[in-house]
Amino acid sequence: MTQRVLEFRVNEETHRVLTSDHTTLLDLLRVDLGLTGTKHGCDLGECGSCTVLLDGRPVLSCLLLAPQVDGRVVTTIEGLAENGRPHPLQTAFAELGAAQCGYCTPGMIVTSKALLDATPQPTTHQIQVALAGNLCRCTGYSKILDAVHLAASRSGS
Amino acid sequence: MTVTLPAFEYLTPESIADAARLLANPQQRVAIVGGGTDLTPKMKRRQSTPALLVSLASIPGLSGIRIEGDNCIIGASTLLADLAASPLVPSVVAAAAAEIASPQIRNTATVGGNLCLDTRCNYIDMSENWREASGHCMKDGGEVCWVAPRGDRCWAVSSSDLAPLAIALEGAVRLVSVRGERVIAAADLYQNDGIAFQAKSADEILLELILPIRQVRATYHKLRRRGSIDFPILGVAAAARFDHEGICRDARLVLGAVASAPLRAIEAEQSLIGNRFTDEVIEEAARLAAQLVRPQDNADLGSRYRKWMAPVYITRALHDLEVENE
Amino acid sequence: MTSGHSVVGRPLPRVDAMEQVTGRLRYADDLTLPGTLVGRQLRSTQAHALITRIDTSRAENLPGVKAVITGADLPISYGILPVSQDENALALHRVRHIGDPVAAVAAIDAETAEKALDLIDVLYQPLEPVVTIEEALGEDRPLIHGEGTGKNVHRVAALEFGDVDAGMAEADHIREDVYFFRGNTHAALETHSAMADYDADHRLRLWSSTQVPHYLHRALEKVLEMPAGRIRVIATPSGGGFGGKTDPFSHEIVAAKLSMLTGRPVKITLSREEVFYAHRGRHPVLMWVKTGFLRDGRITAMHFKTFLDGGAYGSYGVASLYYTGALQTSTYRIPNYRFEGVRVFTNKPACGPKRGHGTPQPRFALESQMDKAAEDLGLDPVEIRLRNLVQPFSMTVNHLRITSCGLSECMAKVREASNFSESHGRLPFGRGVGFAVGAYMSGAGLPIYWNDMPQSEVQIKVDRGGGVSVYSMAADVGQGSTSMLATVVAECLGLEPADLAMVTADTDLTPVDLGSYSSRVTFMAGNAALQAGTKIRNRVMQAVADKLEVDPADLVAKAGRIVVRGDPDSGMAWAEAVRTAIASVGPLIESGSYRAPDLAGPYKGAGVGISPAYSYSACVALVSCDGETGQVDVERVWLAHDIGKAINPLLVEGQIEGGVYMGLGEALFEEHSFRGALHRGPSLLDYKIPTALEMPPVETYLIESIDPEGPFGAKEVGQGPLLPVIPAIANAVYDALGVRIDEVPITPDKIVAALRDKSRGGSGRFGPETVPEYQFPPVVRVEPPAGFVAP
Repeated sequence: MTQRVLEFRVNEETHRVLTSDHTTLLDLLRVDLGLTGTKHGCDLGECGSCTVLLDGRPVLSCLLLAPQVDGRVVTTIEGLAENGRPHPLQTAFAELGAAQCGYCTPGMIVTSKALLDATPQPTTHQIQVALAGNLCRCTGYSKILDAVHLAASRSGS
Repeated sequence: MTVTLPAFEYLTPESIADAARLLANPQQRVAIVGGGTDLTPKMKRRQSTPALLVSLASIPGLSGIRIEGDNCIIGASTLLADLAASPLVPSVVAAAAAEIASPQIRNTATVGGNLCLDTRCNYIDMSENWREASGHCMKDGGEVCWVAPRGDRCWAVSSSDLAPLAIALEGAVRLVSVRGERVIAAADLYQNDGIAFQAKSADEILLELILPIRQVRATYHKLRRRGSIDFPILGVAAAARFDHEGICRDARLVLGAVASAPLRAIEAEQSLIGNRFTDEVIEEAARLAAQLVRPQDNADLGSRYRKWMAPVYITRALHDLEVENE
Repeated sequence: MTSGHSVVGRPLPRVDAMEQVTGRLRYADDLTLPGTLVGRQLRSTQAHALITRIDTSRAENLPGVKAVITGADLPISYGILPVSQDENALALHRVRHIGDPVAAVAAIDAETAEKALDLIDVLYQPLEPVVTIEEALGEDRPLIHGEGTGKNVHRVAALEFGDVDAGMAEADHIREDVYFFRGNTHAALETHSAMADYDADHRLRLWSSTQVPHYLHRALEKVLEMPAGRIRVIATPSGGGFGGKTDPFSHEIVAAKLSMLTGRPVKITLSREEVFYAHRGRHPVLMWVKTGFLRDGRITAMHFKTFLDGGAYGSYGVASLYYTGALQTSTYRIPNYRFEGVRVFTNKPACGPKRGHGTPQPRFALESQMDKAAEDLGLDPVEIRLRNLVQPFSMTVNHLRITSCGLSECMAKVREASNFSESHGRLPFGRGVGFAVGAYMSGAGLPIYWNDMPQSEVQIKVDRGGGVSVYSMAADVGQGSTSMLATVVAECLGLEPADLAMVTADTDLTPVDLGSYSSRVTFMAGNAALQAGTKIRNRVMQAVADKLEVDPADLVAKAGRIVVRGDPDSGMAWAEAVRTAIASVGPLIESGSYRAPDLAGPYKGAGVGISPAYSYSACVALVSCDGETGQVDVERVWLAHDIGKAINPLLVEGQIEGGVYMGLGEALFEEHSFRGALHRGPSLLDYKIPTALEMPPVETYLIESIDPEGPFGAKEVGQGPLLPVIPAIANAVYDALGVRIDEVPITPDKIVAALRDKSRGGSGRFGPETVPEYQFPPVVRVEPPAGFVAP
């Protein structure tokens, strides 16, 4: 078993972790760093629950191997607040009931953040396309789309 | 956590030569990893248990798209998301890339990975326990292909979206190993066998996809159940050149996800050349091409439906290429 | 109390919304205690076999392995229904489906645990598997439960209300149709997970993602042979349930046992594939429906036969069976009704309750047939339904007591909003609209085990600082039950829901609620909370009234104060009022409870389908279909739901949208599909859950019929809105393409097959032609209830 000391940035903190090569980013986050906000739904890259941002882009942490994130920047749901204030997406999701069981929510929100960072005022179709890798079983997506729109409109004003 | 990975060593060579050397050792079970989005699940399911992973991620110059003369060169490590967003590649390629898997996968998966995508089958892309319950198939070290138990080959399905397009666009790939470098036509990269589906040998690294820049009209249609996540269960890549009178001078028609390799419909191509794309001409080409399609019952929606859909999708693809009002 | 509410009726966020969106909410697999071991289960690779030998010694000797157990360690059987105690946490001598748990290990980490599983040697003696309903009804297959061969029938029902033969004789038009609803599964995004901690003082704590902590508590008491008082079950916030976490599960019992053996916490989290084997999802149901109609569309009689493929275990199956026959009468006045049903065992994962439990399948059949009958008789699909509509405050022929019913308002709403009657039959080829209705129970009238106790108890304790703690065992599975309870109590006390401390779903701390199933929590726990909240309010009011020397009837609780009506500056702040009350009458601790009235009719099986109230829904779906590829795009869905009273309209809308979504998935995509006894694709890649791209806009309409017995008039919304969606889509596909797909899911291959059939002069119908020749026992004849009025 090959181990290495990995150094990467998570939510603006630098972490050095001794880990084996066959550890996934998901396990690094949840087990090594105790960041359990990132969820697992399938472990095979089929549901989007484990989405985090890698250098600002949504990726599936269940598929990424520890060595693949060496030296890189990861943002999880725990890292979205700024100065202790929740991200506008978080507030909008809460206000509009975009989370029911809440299990897909961290992945939905970080994916939406990447969308709004690149496309501050997306159309509904652009939101659907961006979120098409994040399955939700509760909401029917309607309120999620509304929440992304709401967050976008607040950021734009 | 729920699904563990088998142990392996992960190396990140910083030059092509180093990577080629690592792959040259025939003793070791080695896998090349681009983004790993296909390999990681396969390892979790113990379909693949390489002892060594050789990553291409740290090799400079393997990621990126550039124009060189009459060619568009796409590095193997280029992310599918970057391919989808590139103004340099033919728009049909960008559009097809934008429809592969899911957004998150496209942010990790690479062009090289998609071109070298292992063939898929719903008898093998399953957990170890499932495969034990089913009985290990031919691709899984067993004797029999459960898809066609009386045959002597594996029927796993070529499921790449880029492969049929690369062939239709008369692309080529650059391969390198310690034995040297070669460029082969994209069409020659594939073999219609679920196990030996690639002509590339195990120690060869696919470095880049070379797409000639030509005045062709091209399109790609694919069938899958959902608008995201799913692999194609039928892909139709078509490209054609027309003269100023709207007569087809050259045509390529390639079918994906219906066999273990992308299938070129040469007879159909011939039927198109020298003709305008009238409804009758398209119908005849679709009929000829669809004759090649013998999908097996090892992907979503069953073989009968995919067989039925072949002429429909081919026809729609060819209509895309029609030259209007000449 | 229809107006003047301060928090009831407001679209407030969930009380735990910020915890959810910040990723702080801790689900079962997010929990870890010091020294927690990883548990894993070895699962059968055989569909049906005897275990002739099982050797765990190699696994036990692997360094890092702390315990290995097999069926012999947990020999006591269990099951959710007292009549179906047919499961073992680990197989005893026999495995009944691929994925049946056989042995389990606890180890220091996941890799060691998985290696240990590989070292357990199991020798199987295969038995012939039973896979289909037809095989199960034959005589020659081995019995799955029992020795020898014979029919693998789990349970049969045969009931007749009124006189069906006489009713058929009156009919001008009789239809006989066969339908097949293939099974599907919940696929909650959180996989099941449980962590057990058995302490040195011999007390067991179990955290689990369960919808039914009380029933799990009882199962653990039985299987572990421990006094209930030593077992504490805590239902963690659930990452989705939909009925999939409503049984006591093997991994929960196994985690507990492994913790008892090791003295360390043990956590077992199922993989996605294991969830497909744990299943308990929608039964595949084959249905035969014969209905007599008068020329004007009125139903004279209905004969409904159902064949349920139950999988390997009983689970809720006896209830599921009766549910396939119970609620047909809840929407239409059927004067004569015969129901025959049979549930069989097969060597596949056990089916159970999924959203709508046993009723979406017959609803699909019934609503499809109503449309066919309308066409036969030249009637508008809405019109034929209106002519048969159940009346508010009436009895059905099978002894269901209907109270509030806003179905006709629901129908009018969606008919008008969607322009249904102008569009139906008039859209160009490829586009179509479909209509359907449904009804569902606001809580099962009876508990799962017979008892005379309340079905829900709520306790409220008020702190001297004015803090209000609400205690209820109701498990929030995402539907928002905790927010509902907070709203009900806040309304009583003039507070905001977010002000309350909610203590839920913990068998040590909270009084019993039977669980989050059968859409019972708002109605039952809501009523219990209303009662408890009212008691607290009355005590506080009385104390304040005494102090202010006013009539307590003149006081109101509003905006954190107790004031004299009409004078918001009078009275006192809530906290002061509380201290006044405690000083005058002692601790402010009250409880409330709810038990449904005794509604069961005079026959065996009458316990299934009764409910203190029924919700109603009507749905229109607009689809566009590709006539060449058979692909269906649902463009828009209109759904009106009679909620009674929306305690929180935001959460009600969310349930409707989610129900539409799940219904759409079932209608067009999802199937728990098998090749023989082997699951075709136990993964979220192969099991097709719709993405955001497949989901259309949903127009929701809330109809408030104000149920006389519901809390503030409220009824259920968690399950009912799903029911009409599936047949509405099926009817829309027919309107679009002229082909009838009488088999769910309506996948493109079936549509193309039907279109091809039609183009060759066939009927353009896809679906099974017949049901098995099965001799049901003679029907039990039941007189319609007194006061039953035929249409």
